[in-house]
Amino acid sequence: MRREFGDKIGRALESCGDTIVYVDAGRARAVLAWLKETPDQEYNYLTDITAVEYRDAELPMEVVYLLFSLRRKVQLCVKIALPKDGDLEVDSVVPLWQGANWLEREVFDMFGITFRDHPDLRRILMWETYSEGHPLRKDFPLRGRLSRSEQVRRALHANPEAHYSMEELSIAESFNDLPEDMRQRLAQGERDRIPELGGAPGDG
Amino acid sequence: MGEKRTVELDLATPGWDASGQPARVPLGVAEAAGEIGAVEGGIGSEHLLLNLGPQHPATHGVLRLVVELDGEVVVRVIPHIGYLHSGFEKLGEYRFYNQIIPLTDRTDYLAPMANNVCLAMGAEKLMGIELTERCKVLRVIACEMSRIISHLVWLGTTAVDLGAFTPFLWTFQERERIYDLQEAWTGARLTTSLTRVGGLMADIPDGFEAGLRASCKRLPQVLDEAERMLTNNAIWCARTQGIGILSAEDAINFSMSGPMLRASGVDYDVRKDRPYLDYETYDFDVPIGENGDVYDRYLVRLEEMRQSVRIIEQALDRLPDGPINVDDPRVILPPKTAAMNDMESMIFHFKQVMEGVRAPVGEAYFAIENGKGELGTYFVSDGTAKPVRWRIRPPSFINLSALPKMAEGHLIADLIAINASVDIVLGEIDR
Repeated sequence: MRREFGDKIGRALESCGDTIVYVDAGRARAVLAWLKETPDQEYNYLTDITAVEYRDAELPMEVVYLLFSLRRKVQLCVKIALPKDGDLEVDSVVPLWQGANWLEREVFDMFGITFRDHPDLRRILMWETYSEGHPLRKDFPLRGRLSRSEQVRRALHANPEAHYSMEELSIAESFNDLPEDMRQRLAQGERDRIPELGGAPGDG
Repeated sequence: MGEKRTVELDLATPGWDASGQPARVPLGVAEAAGEIGAVEGGIGSEHLLLNLGPQHPATHGVLRLVVELDGEVVVRVIPHIGYLHSGFEKLGEYRFYNQIIPLTDRTDYLAPMANNVCLAMGAEKLMGIELTERCKVLRVIACEMSRIISHLVWLGTTAVDLGAFTPFLWTFQERERIYDLQEAWTGARLTTSLTRVGGLMADIPDGFEAGLRASCKRLPQVLDEAERMLTNNAIWCARTQGIGILSAEDAINFSMSGPMLRASGVDYDVRKDRPYLDYETYDFDVPIGENGDVYDRYLVRLEEMRQSVRIIEQALDRLPDGPINVDDPRVILPPKTAAMNDMESMIFHFKQVMEGVRAPVGEAYFAIENGKGELGTYFVSDGTAKPVRWRIRPPSFINLSALPKMAEGHLIADLIAINASVDIVLGEIDR
């Protein structure tokens, strides 16, 4: 690998019998494509994509690719280190493996790491208009950013008519025939128009 | 009296045949016949947006599918998940390794014991713990029991989805018998929390072995009965054969695992290819499909249950005596009487309960083959008693991501069959 990519390959180490290789963020997709297609490597099965943020704030975040070779029965862990003060951005590997689609969406949702050229980078486990951040980051409190009462208040103000995303609504051609106010309400999303606090208790 | 009028009806027939009967039109060319009726603007030019779920029996949980339909044909499927998201992975970062085990009961709640085993094995790999022989064999039994109940649920509910109610009753009855054994062993039907890091919560109770052997005898008969109802049933075949085909290349490309991958003809089973718990010493076959359609997935799962019975019988035959837990007071709690009577045991007990078990700095990925596919546990440790990162590799999450690929172009009724064939469990998808 080093012969092919030189100093783009960082340190390699072994932990509990698993081999881990660090790769430069800029060349990661090229390295993964090489690992997938080179005959004596043949890591053709993408087991998992995930990310790690350490408790030590100095350490960079890591994107972790677990690869497996179905023919050679070998596992390899490829990691990209992303310094927290830089852009949290890597190239998407969806062109290499379709299975990366949802896995990358989950990493984006949970860690806020952006995948360039991802065909459909939306939140997946949290709802689309969720605005409290990325839950698996270490600076995200275990119980969420909002108090329990605020969460309940927002839930009660959720718009029960907004079931569809704009993309989905555009499928239904009759959407354009709906009255203007209804279209706006539908398009507004689930949790947008929440009145400010300050009214008498029990308002709304 | 007005003038007599002739009302012309468009019977969707191009005319009459020689014997005076209306000529039949094959369904596929109905549009050509429509020209006669000539409705202004044409019929059915609009695509319909249909919402399936999240509360819908055929979505097997709280899955929501937004489906774009052209008539009855599925043009696009947009799955929405996350309705059961409980932040298990985040919670795990705040808990000792043993405290995470109850969370794993609730991920894949149709096969909780296999989840417990996977988590404990991940932590043991991280800490470098070697299990006792009896524990390994008991864990194999737990994994295979889980596979059987998981597949039985799958078989029953899929049959219901496709309109056959009887197999559902048979499989659920058999599953309940295995649940009884599970309850006798762990004290709970669903929230088993069977394993501990370094061993098991409890040894099997009296009568368990006989009960499991009886179950192993009865299960193939139940499967035979279900098969007699389904395998050669014309309706079942018509609803499943050639539906939702996934080629071997696509299955690998979509990172499928378990019966979904093997039905497409890819020979990958974690038990064979990355053996754990001495699976390489058991004699069993891995069924492989040919066509990668819903029918092959059904056959593969049926055969897997029969193979699981074989494995359980071998495991019961070889079940050795001896301790179930490793002999290491840093990992396993000392017996209660010892903790109450001698100083050293009490200190170990106290330290374990208050400080937890420390894992060395490092990381480990451990995979087992559960009913849904390759279930993985990925731990990253910084040397404290709580993991920095606990990740579950969720097999049905990844398998479900290929649903649009499989379903698009099929009829809406086939979407139900395809979705059922993925064998999803939303507790694990949403985590």
